[in-house]
Amino acid sequence: MLIKLNVNGEAFEVEAPAGETLVEVLRRLGFKSVKDGCYNGTCGGCTVLLDGRPVASCIMLAAQADGHSITTLEGLARGGELHPVQEAFLEVNAPQCGFCTPGMMLTAVSLLRENPNPTREEIREAIAGNTCRCSGYVSVVDAISLAAKKMSEGGNR
Amino acid sequence: MKNRRAGGREGAYLRVVSKRLPKVDGRSIVRGEARYTKDFVTEGALFAQIVRSPYAHARIKKIDRTDALAMPGVELVLTHEDVPRIPFTTAGQNYPEPSPYDTFMLDNKVRFVGDRVAVVVARDRFTAEKAARLVKVEYDVLPAVFSPEEALREGAPVIHDEPDSKGIHDASRNLAASIFVEAGDVDEEFNKADLVSESTYYCQYQHQVPMEPHVTYAYIDPSGRLVVITATQVPFHVRRIVARVNDIPISHVRVIKPRIGGAFGVKQEVILEDLCAHIALRTGKPVLMELSRDEEFFGTRPRHPMKLTCRTGVMKDGTIVANEMRVIANTGSYGSHGLTVPSNTGSKTMPLYRSRAIRYAAEVAYTNLPVAGAFRGYGAVQGYFALECHMDEVARKIGMDPLEFKRKNHIRVGDLDPIAAKLGEGKEGFKREIRTCGLEECIDLARGAIDKRADVAPAGDGPFKRMRRGVGFALCMHGTGIPGDDVAGATVKVNEDGSFNLLIGAADLGTGSDTVLGQMAAEVLGVSLDDMIVYSSDTDVTPFDVGAYASSTTYVSGTAVVKAAEKVRERLREVAAELLGVEAGSLTFQDGRFQAPGGDSLHIKEVALKSFYGKNKQQISETASHLNLDCPPPFAACFAEVEVDLDTGMVRVTDIANAVDVGRAINPDLCEGQIVGCAAMGVGYALTEEMLFSAEGRTLNASLLDYKIATSLDLPDIKGFIVETVEPSGPYGVKSVGEVSMDPIAPAIVNAVFDATGVRIRELPLTPERVLNALKEAGI
Repeated sequence: MLIKLNVNGEAFEVEAPAGETLVEVLRRLGFKSVKDGCYNGTCGGCTVLLDGRPVASCIMLAAQADGHSITTLEGLARGGELHPVQEAFLEVNAPQCGFCTPGMMLTAVSLLRENPNPTREEIREAIAGNTCRCSGYVSVVDAISLAAKKMSEGGNR
Repeated sequence: MKNRRAGGREGAYLRVVSKRLPKVDGRSIVRGEARYTKDFVTEGALFAQIVRSPYAHARIKKIDRTDALAMPGVELVLTHEDVPRIPFTTAGQNYPEPSPYDTFMLDNKVRFVGDRVAVVVARDRFTAEKAARLVKVEYDVLPAVFSPEEALREGAPVIHDEPDSKGIHDASRNLAASIFVEAGDVDEEFNKADLVSESTYYCQYQHQVPMEPHVTYAYIDPSGRLVVITATQVPFHVRRIVARVNDIPISHVRVIKPRIGGAFGVKQEVILEDLCAHIALRTGKPVLMELSRDEEFFGTRPRHPMKLTCRTGVMKDGTIVANEMRVIANTGSYGSHGLTVPSNTGSKTMPLYRSRAIRYAAEVAYTNLPVAGAFRGYGAVQGYFALECHMDEVARKIGMDPLEFKRKNHIRVGDLDPIAAKLGEGKEGFKREIRTCGLEECIDLARGAIDKRADVAPAGDGPFKRMRRGVGFALCMHGTGIPGDDVAGATVKVNEDGSFNLLIGAADLGTGSDTVLGQMAAEVLGVSLDDMIVYSSDTDVTPFDVGAYASSTTYVSGTAVVKAAEKVRERLREVAAELLGVEAGSLTFQDGRFQAPGGDSLHIKEVALKSFYGKNKQQISETASHLNLDCPPPFAACFAEVEVDLDTGMVRVTDIANAVDVGRAINPDLCEGQIVGCAAMGVGYALTEEMLFSAEGRTLNASLLDYKIATSLDLPDIKGFIVETVEPSGPYGVKSVGEVSMDPIAPAIVNAVFDATGVRIRELPLTPERVLNALKEAGI
């Protein structure tokens, strides 16, 4: 079927066969930051924001996203300027292999929109669906805490 | 929370090394622009799906591919009748590999549930998977064995009865490898000991679970050469193995490792490349192979399960006089890393404690279960689980505090390693002297970070009435590189603006080796990390490197990088001398400037420009190679606090500190990433991670829902500490960090559970069921 998606502010009309998942469509459209590590919604690598909220795009049919707005990691930076979450992940060297990082950062963006000043425990709750095998999560929680601080100081994002 | 580090030995003279700089690939990762293997696939690429065996042991009688081939979109179905029959090992080790050549691209026999039977090539994944189900296979089902004990018994079914395998220790007994090493008069010392204590430990199949499953993309380039883009730790070994099993020259193959999504040893294996390359060569078309998550579990190379028996003779004063470990290891149905992993189980662990006599023996059996292989720690993780729990038991038996006992006996600076003298990695031994040891500092740091709460018992009533808290610890040493085996190359090329291309064969798995190797080169050349353009792991472009394994990259590849950068700096010194009109030998070099005795000076960037456009126009570029001949041990201490729920058997790690003597941390952020990440993986090994099999050998929990790796809610804020000792043989004093940090975690946790409950559990992982049964047996 023909579906309409708004990805990172850009409108797309795509032909998606029945059964095709959102991650497949997004990757086909060139949004390669969306990673698929399990195809059953357990690893979180395929996390994107659907109308601002994190979803596992590997267990969502593309058709279900018809008419919705999607943010992938490619849509986070504004031109050359990194989002504070991106700055923070870079500064504390949170990514190791980087495969979980796109999904992890989008979950963080959503968390910080709802809760601008989360505790470490609240951060751990929020990212529980984003599995990381490299970090032991300490540097990831550090990065999200730092991003919260940056955003409360910087204000507007 | 930033973890602090001890020592404070950060040299004031170091400008780039020892600094917490962002990873060179960090910006592309956080922008979502980093490219992994699958991101290179072009439209129209074929997808190849493996048809897998439903039986643990069977001979293939007949394969009917008619229905599969009739499906629209199916290009090709290949079986053992169609591909070259060349025995090889999937282990990505240096040539000649110490692992047996007991594997074929496709074979007429299957040896575990999930073994390769055939491959279906189609226009897309959906079609290939569907067609794979239409391949009709007739099997002659054979009796199977699922434990090493059964497999080694006389009359057991022979798993490798093919005549053309090579290097199997005794195929007729299912014995893939056998190891025996002895130092001193072991039996005599046991006789003299005041007390001899023996206990047996069991450990499980643990999977590496990289977030990116195995994936390979192969195509033929316009000049007719084969290009293999693949998620691997060992691009040069992949090139050699792919060429050999496809019977084509190495010169026809280019292997590229892009960013990869984690590896931890499981990508030191040729899992897909042999077949994917074969299909590309055969069809001339681009081909993608990617494992699904369930295939990743049973179709790759998890950690060897082992039964380990430790026997130790001690004197009343706590001196160890005799120490022995006997191991039976399960390599699964093929012997990849089957000799060297169990070798390491002894050689990495037994030197930790001084003893007049030491013996290590291992038998490695084939079984009809998934194939074991390389996994971070490489046998030492199993060995330390047994040794460090056992030494805890021994100390208590002679009435000593385990920490006092271990401190009294552990290896020290100046000691010679008696096991290394006799047992190398799958080869003869080598002289190994301990030149640096930060173990005492590690103990103090990790202990200090935990013991504040050690004496605080949980509340005695209310909901916590049946909770127990305890603290345990474990020590370890590991190795850095494989002596006489590891070789690494590096090229440094000058650009006009004083930037430098650093070309390295080394493979960054997400560990950050591109960054730390760049930092070392920048330090030598007096420039910043931003001036280094790091490119790695492309067999057409970068010099040879054995790849990322054996905790070798920073130490071995780092030495090659430093050598190459120094050669370039000396070439630029000559240019500077000519420009300044002085003797090259009179120039000093500091902070990027060549300084003449008279006061004139030139920055290396100005010299770089003049080297191209001055009088003697030239391209300065130097390649250096380093052959590793040593293996300095990093050390670590882990202290862990646990809570055990006596009603449910649930164990929670409430606090854990891992302190590691790394030699020097080139980039402390990345070093801590290894220390903390290893601890997380070790918690999983201790408590939750275990591949389970049905009575027929089928993997029961091949998904992330059923195989439990830690989420953010399952771990405390792990404390990682760096201890620096500055190893004289390492570039800038480095040893290693990526494996040693994993070794002490599980035994620390198991010892903590003993401390909490008084119950000794000798089988991993400590699942609630296992703990509850042990508590019941002890009457708790």
